[in-house]
Amino acid sequence: MRVAVSWLGEYLDLSGRSAEEIDTAFVRAGLEVEAVHRPGEGVSGPLVIGRVLSAEELTGFKKPIWYCRVDVGPDHNDESGSRGIVCGAPNVATAEYVVASLPGAVLPGGFAIAARKTYGQVSDGMICSGRELGISDDHSGIIALSAAELPAGVGPGSDAVPVLGLDDVIFELAITPDRGYCFSVRGLARELASSLDVPFRDPASLVTVPAASGEVPHPVVVEDTAGCDRFYARAVRGLNPAAPSPLWMKRRLQAAGVRSISLAVDVTNYLMLELGQPMHAFDRSRVTGPIVVRRARPGERVTTLDGADRAVSTEDLLITDDTGPIGLAAVMGGETTEIGPDTTEVLIEAAHWDPVTVARTARRQKLPSEASKRFERGVDPEMTAVAAEAAVRLLVEYGGAVAEPGVLDLDARAAVEPIRLPVGLASRVVGVEYPRSVVERRLRDVGCTVTTAGEDELWVLPASWRPDLTDPIDLVEEVARLEGYDNIPSILPPTPSSSGLTDDQRRRRTVARALAEAGFVEVLSYPFVSPSIHDAFGLEADDPRRSAVRLANPLSDAEPEMRTSLLPGLLKAAQRNIGRGQRDVALYELGLVFSASGAGPAPRLGVDRRPTDEELAALYAAVPSQPRHVAVVLSGDRDPAGWWGPGRAASWADAIESARVVAAAAGIELSVRRGDLAPWHPGRCAELVVDGRVVGHAGELHPRVVTALELPARTAAMELDLSALPAPRIATAPVISPFPPALLDVALVVDESVPSAEVEKALVEGAGELLESVRLFDVYTGAQVGEGRKSLAFALTFRASDRTLTVEEATTSRDAAITQATKTHGASLRA
Amino acid sequence: MSGPNDPYDPKQVALLSAEALGDATLNAEKAFADAASLDALREAKTAHLGDRAPVSLARRELGALPPQARADAGRRVNEARKAIQAAYDARELILIAERDERVLRDEAVDVTLPFDRRPRGARHPVAAMFDRVSDLFIGMGYEIAEGPEIEAEWLNFDALNIAPDHPARSMMDTFFVEPPEGGLVLRTHTSPVQARTMLDRREPPIYIAAPGRVFRTDELDATHTPVFSQVEGLVIDKGITMAHLRGTLDHFSKAMFGPEAVTRWRPSYFPFTEPSAEFDVWFPQAKGGPRWIEWGGCGMVNPRVLVACGIDPDVYTGFAFGMGLERALQFRHEATDMRDMVEGDVRFSTAFGMEI
Repeated sequence: MRVAVSWLGEYLDLSGRSAEEIDTAFVRAGLEVEAVHRPGEGVSGPLVIGRVLSAEELTGFKKPIWYCRVDVGPDHNDESGSRGIVCGAPNVATAEYVVASLPGAVLPGGFAIAARKTYGQVSDGMICSGRELGISDDHSGIIALSAAELPAGVGPGSDAVPVLGLDDVIFELAITPDRGYCFSVRGLARELASSLDVPFRDPASLVTVPAASGEVPHPVVVEDTAGCDRFYARAVRGLNPAAPSPLWMKRRLQAAGVRSISLAVDVTNYLMLELGQPMHAFDRSRVTGPIVVRRARPGERVTTLDGADRAVSTEDLLITDDTGPIGLAAVMGGETTEIGPDTTEVLIEAAHWDPVTVARTARRQKLPSEASKRFERGVDPEMTAVAAEAAVRLLVEYGGAVAEPGVLDLDARAAVEPIRLPVGLASRVVGVEYPRSVVERRLRDVGCTVTTAGEDELWVLPASWRPDLTDPIDLVEEVARLEGYDNIPSILPPTPSSSGLTDDQRRRRTVARALAEAGFVEVLSYPFVSPSIHDAFGLEADDPRRSAVRLANPLSDAEPEMRTSLLPGLLKAAQRNIGRGQRDVALYELGLVFSASGAGPAPRLGVDRRPTDEELAALYAAVPSQPRHVAVVLSGDRDPAGWWGPGRAASWADAIESARVVAAAAGIELSVRRGDLAPWHPGRCAELVVDGRVVGHAGELHPRVVTALELPARTAAMELDLSALPAPRIATAPVISPFPPALLDVALVVDESVPSAEVEKALVEGAGELLESVRLFDVYTGAQVGEGRKSLAFALTFRASDRTLTVEEATTSRDAAITQATKTHGASLRA
Repeated sequence: MSGPNDPYDPKQVALLSAEALGDATLNAEKAFADAASLDALREAKTAHLGDRAPVSLARRELGALPPQARADAGRRVNEARKAIQAAYDARELILIAERDERVLRDEAVDVTLPFDRRPRGARHPVAAMFDRVSDLFIGMGYEIAEGPEIEAEWLNFDALNIAPDHPARSMMDTFFVEPPEGGLVLRTHTSPVQARTMLDRREPPIYIAAPGRVFRTDELDATHTPVFSQVEGLVIDKGITMAHLRGTLDHFSKAMFGPEAVTRWRPSYFPFTEPSAEFDVWFPQAKGGPRWIEWGGCGMVNPRVLVACGIDPDVYTGFAFGMGLERALQFRHEATDMRDMVEGDVRFSTAFGMEI
């Protein structure tokens, strides 16, 4: 909502108040000031009203151009009694009065005006457009004024600054949804007056509303009084359709950001801004038969003022006549009965509509109009009559119209029940002792009628302009905010008892830190992905990762899905880093992934009580499963080259090692076995297994994936489902033996296809309990072990807890280990 | 050379004279002093303390002396030998020290050489902020609550007193899951976690903080991102007032922004709280001088929310508040461009390291 200070100043005394003071007062009242505009900022020097005496079109130039003689008043005219100004705007030829900036003036943007020779003439100033003065975007022509529009006493040579409102200040305010009435000068002035603690003059009080008469301006039937609980109408005839809107009205509309169209339309817009009551003006001569307000019938259509032919829903409220729909009630009028350039009879409708119906219609039609915005937030139903009467007066005064005596008022409003407010509620909720007198006074300040209903209770009837006040707690807020939030003391609540982070939260933090300490950089990527990523990853048609949740209104149509894996986002981040010259990349992310299987639709529950356990269970079950994954991506060198020697490229092995880092941090035992899953390289993919269950994969990405995503060759990745990890076991302390170990190495030759982890497992099984540890320290392939074979060298450490082992004991254990490896994997001792 | 039983030979016995022994001592001391290295000293030692050294030869002659002379001569020999040994020991200490010093000097390296063989990783500053904020609330006796990011519309809106046609719902710029009437959305705030906590716990006291990612349909630019992070707090207990809310926010602000930080409230509107306020934090370290910074919203939990979540508003009151973590990062760390927080450029995160 944009509003000029001069307009507010009609309803409270703002003389001598700086813009900063007004700003602070608005904020104190809960109105957020988004911007303060000073239209005259950047304008200085002589800017005067001029009267165009002659406009001679200059010929022989590429564009039309006029040489004008302009009377700019005795102080500014040259000896001939006027000034010569060259102007290229076509409407200068017919303009009566204009705004002239004279040499010495400076316009917005530092544009200095000086006499200069142009088009063979001396131009001794400039005739200004709205845009040149920074007051509008209009640059189609210069500002042309008629004698009728000029305020009394203003003529050639008068300072144009006050005439154009360039000395005004315009506030742009954000209005919260509960404060519908602040979409009006009336509401804002009331709030400002209350915040500044000065008297407020209600603009509604300046209008005397005539009583409803037997005679009506037009027959109207409201079939749906739930949707429209008050319909008020007046009419005028004999309107001069060419009558211009007064300059002051245009200025105020302009300051509010509303375009001036015609007097009849401007009047309804002006009063909507002033009183908050949207109205509609019909050309009565184009209405056929009685007006009927009703819900739409199946298949009905309406053509609105914007020219759109709209299908309407049976929930939408329509204004109809014998021809069918003539308006989408409370949202936008229809084309067939629109005010036109020949309209002389105007029917003014000021009605009060059901907020929910209006909100739904506006949303369904994607038509958030100025009217719907106000109705869905709540409009003062008392304003219907006031606004209609004010409209009639303005049309009579400025349009030469004659008011018809008929007044139609179909008032079906239900009686409003008072809110029962426990006197102590405000004190109990806010923590400040508010005496009963303060509570009563503050509620009266906001227009409530307060009656005493006993020692501990007040009956409060909110003002008609405060439909947002429905609950006792709403009244508490009014008391607290008017008494000042600054007066609320600062006290810490009693200290509750907390169990600290959960095991899961602690684990997540340890994992995140471990990866960072292992040299990975954390990324928080967007969860939005393109379905084409599944193809790029080479996923099978039935891969569960293709079963993604889709957004109905994604930001980008290219990325409508929610991720089922962290890798797309991480790979994108890797690409970005590489593209920015960061060749060695090790990234990680912890985050939720989303599965569509089994999700939705979620039931719509009531809010008047807690849902039952069954209802809640159904609600929770409709929400998609969202496990938390951890993933890494590596590319380039893992160990950089340096003065110490060459670097080492990141590989499948680093990706798998990152899973071991995660497992160690998570306090679980992870085993690794050969896997084959897209998007990994089928020969370089590991399954990550915990308690016999596959929880993730790691390795080098498939060369085709790397090519498709334009990643560097050998890019490696790991992804693991953190949510699938079992709770860490409570670790058992080891027995630390003080006796010396027996260290024995064995080199075993096996088929190249046998995984080393399997051989190691066999050694552990065979060695028995004297084996303390086993570590693979060398892998050899070559002529010495034969084609298709490899040699694995293990260091075995044997130790007993209660004695020094004899050589025989150690070798017996070692031999048992070898026997087991031979039995299970055909391992032979290397010669 | 004369043995013990050799006839007395005055020439050989002359080796035992005080003069001769004095000369031997002086010669030895000079030789040791002249030795420039441990090797040279070792040679000098052989010459002056070895088997063929004058003092060694002199000792052999002692047996040729008559008993009374032998005692005197013996004493002289021993003293000379002791003196020579002492001279040697002293010189050796010096030379060892010199050698050690030389070795250490020769082994000196350029300690300024970089040794970044293991690249340094980093937390994302927003994630680190999550942890920091969580720790602060744990310290205040809260627990950390979490919930799903794709959420039931009922929990994101209806349960929080945002009716289907309420203007506030369209202001939230919500992402809807297909089909739009299926009742699922990307949560627009972490408030559904509050609703879940109340619904699941059933009985207050409830003291929770809910940090998490939230979603709004804003295009990414320097000041907006469709995915951002919030932390919300919820307290439900007997006798909770707005004064407790203010105390909590003041404490939290000081912990985040220093002991001088205080909060300022402006009346505002949220459907789930009544009374409601937006709050600013006084940030003394702000670039360009201390100033108020808009940070979040807060208020007393609307009794309608308590009813929908199964808590008796006649027995319990509560407060709730929420603030943006990217926003905190913006002003606490002068991170001016939102895009840096979401693009995953390693230079951004690395600048913050492990803690924030």
